[in-house]
Amino acid sequence: MSAAINRSVSLSSAVELLQHWLSSHLSPSQWVWFQEQQTQIAQGAPLRRFFAAFSAVPRFTGKATVEMPAHEQQQASVVCEGWEPQWWSLDQMGRTLLLLSLPHDNPATYGRSLDPLFTAADVRELVALYQALPLLPYPEQHRARAAEGIRSNMTPVFNAIALHNPYPARYFDEGAWNQLVLKAMFVGSPLHLIWGLDHRANPTLAQMSIDYVHERWAAHRTITPEIWRLVGRFAGADLRADLDRALHDADPVQRSAAAIACSQSPAAEIRSLLNHDPDLQRALQEGRLTWHHLTHDQHHVE
Amino acid sequence: MPLSNVTVIDPHIHMSSRTTYDYLIMREWGIVAVIEPSFWLGQPRTNAGSFQDYFSSLVGWERFRASQFGIQHYCTIGLNPKEANNEPLAEQVMELLPLYACKEGVVAIGEIGYDDMTEAEDRYFRQQLQLAKELDLLVTIHTPHRNKKAGTRRSMDRCIELGLDPARVIIDHNNEETVDEVLARGFWAAFTIYPMTKMGNARMVEVVKQYGCDRIMIDSSADWGISDPLAVPKTAQLMLEEGIPAAQVRAVCYGNALAAYSQSGQMQEADWLDPAAVDPNHLFNGNSVLRGQEPNMQSIRDRMLIE
Repeated sequence: MSAAINRSVSLSSAVELLQHWLSSHLSPSQWVWFQEQQTQIAQGAPLRRFFAAFSAVPRFTGKATVEMPAHEQQQASVVCEGWEPQWWSLDQMGRTLLLLSLPHDNPATYGRSLDPLFTAADVRELVALYQALPLLPYPEQHRARAAEGIRSNMTPVFNAIALHNPYPARYFDEGAWNQLVLKAMFVGSPLHLIWGLDHRANPTLAQMSIDYVHERWAAHRTITPEIWRLVGRFAGADLRADLDRALHDADPVQRSAAAIACSQSPAAEIRSLLNHDPDLQRALQEGRLTWHHLTHDQHHVE
Repeated sequence: MPLSNVTVIDPHIHMSSRTTYDYLIMREWGIVAVIEPSFWLGQPRTNAGSFQDYFSSLVGWERFRASQFGIQHYCTIGLNPKEANNEPLAEQVMELLPLYACKEGVVAIGEIGYDDMTEAEDRYFRQQLQLAKELDLLVTIHTPHRNKKAGTRRSMDRCIELGLDPARVIIDHNNEETVDEVLARGFWAAFTIYPMTKMGNARMVEVVKQYGCDRIMIDSSADWGISDPLAVPKTAQLMLEEGIPAAQVRAVCYGNALAAYSQSGQMQEADWLDPAAVDPNHLFNGNSVLRGQEPNMQSIRDRMLIE
């Protein structure tokens, strides 16, 4: 694990932000209900009560996603790097607040309290639980749970761990990380929403990706153009034929993605493939063609 | 193929026993929402873990699986009457119920009631009615195959004894012999169109002609037996062909199930009319270029070539 990833989370600041968002979007009576639950849970009410409150949250908050001003998004990312609550619904915020209110002096007890919650969770609860993982006390305890969630066949559950969530990049080992990225492609989730995608790129994943490209081509199926983002930095001369083929794809998005990958390759043989396409080469040189451009609605260079 | 564009709800169907192909044709026949009551598996469970995983699948995987086919899935949670007779197990299941009763998409406690009308069945039926009352939940009642008339009457008696509002209780598997009393006492009357053992749909047409559409709904109860997941839309068509007014057909095959179960607060028309508004998959806005292809489900059905 690289030291460059900052794992520190200020729990009390996270609680303050959640309280701020909830109190400003809920009616006074809904907020009173919330504060009461929070107090009871913090004071060590029976777990039964915590489970019931956790389940009941949407009945008090609704399920809307809130408009969040940029400065508040910024505050969130200071509290926990990679936390993107602008994607959260009110019930998710409420459930996370209750999770953070549970006494957590003892790591083992805290972990055991969460077990029944995961075991009996419905789809929406699983989404809330997995998105909350990076904020929870003792986050490293939940590696196995998160890896299990990655195996889920329910795409909303998978996406809750994979997308807009710094947990995997911080806590997954390389094997689990690579499975996550491969599965994201397999279920059609956008790779650029995986937090830490470039930071955790590795040669093994690049090889898995090119194997996947071959498999898809053999089956006459499409591949996500984002796959080349995983390949480029590790593309040696042996990938010349593959990248050449991608550069001549009928789909302009594929061609653009392959071009960025070529430009990132350490191998001169790969970079030189771009000499055959001056338009793409110019777009790259002028900074008009980047992964960011490609994945934010400027799909290709005309 | 469907002859008319009737939108229907099947308020009692055991989708866990059905294939994806069923979901596909159900959607084509106009089914927009289903309710899957908890029941037994055709053989008795031997431990509480089997119940827990079953309940989890009803609020998890099955709900998601249905949504992939454009069908909204709801369920009821309960200890079925047959398995109430294994008392040591029943005790453990009763402890599980509060964990699931308030999950998203759970519209009632059910299907509960009588099978043989044993003492054990009676005990757990009462306890579950009590739970429904405490949690302010609706109830779906399974009426027995054998001794149906007496079983139906006793089920309603218990509800009244425990102070439940009949407007919040759906009595299922009715027939010509039970419907009078169920309606007279203010309960919802559901009819199951199921070959051989329950109602046939030609009989159902006669019931609607006689009783109208007030508080009457139909379902398929399709499961692992010889049953038909298209029973509701097929019966809707038969009713139209037999001259029952379209508004009545809509009430019996859609509106009444919605009116009854939407009292739970867990089921509303917007769920299928505007599914994106309550999508749990809100973590990104679809980017069609990068997301890849949606599965072409039509190809499963009409093409010899499997791609």
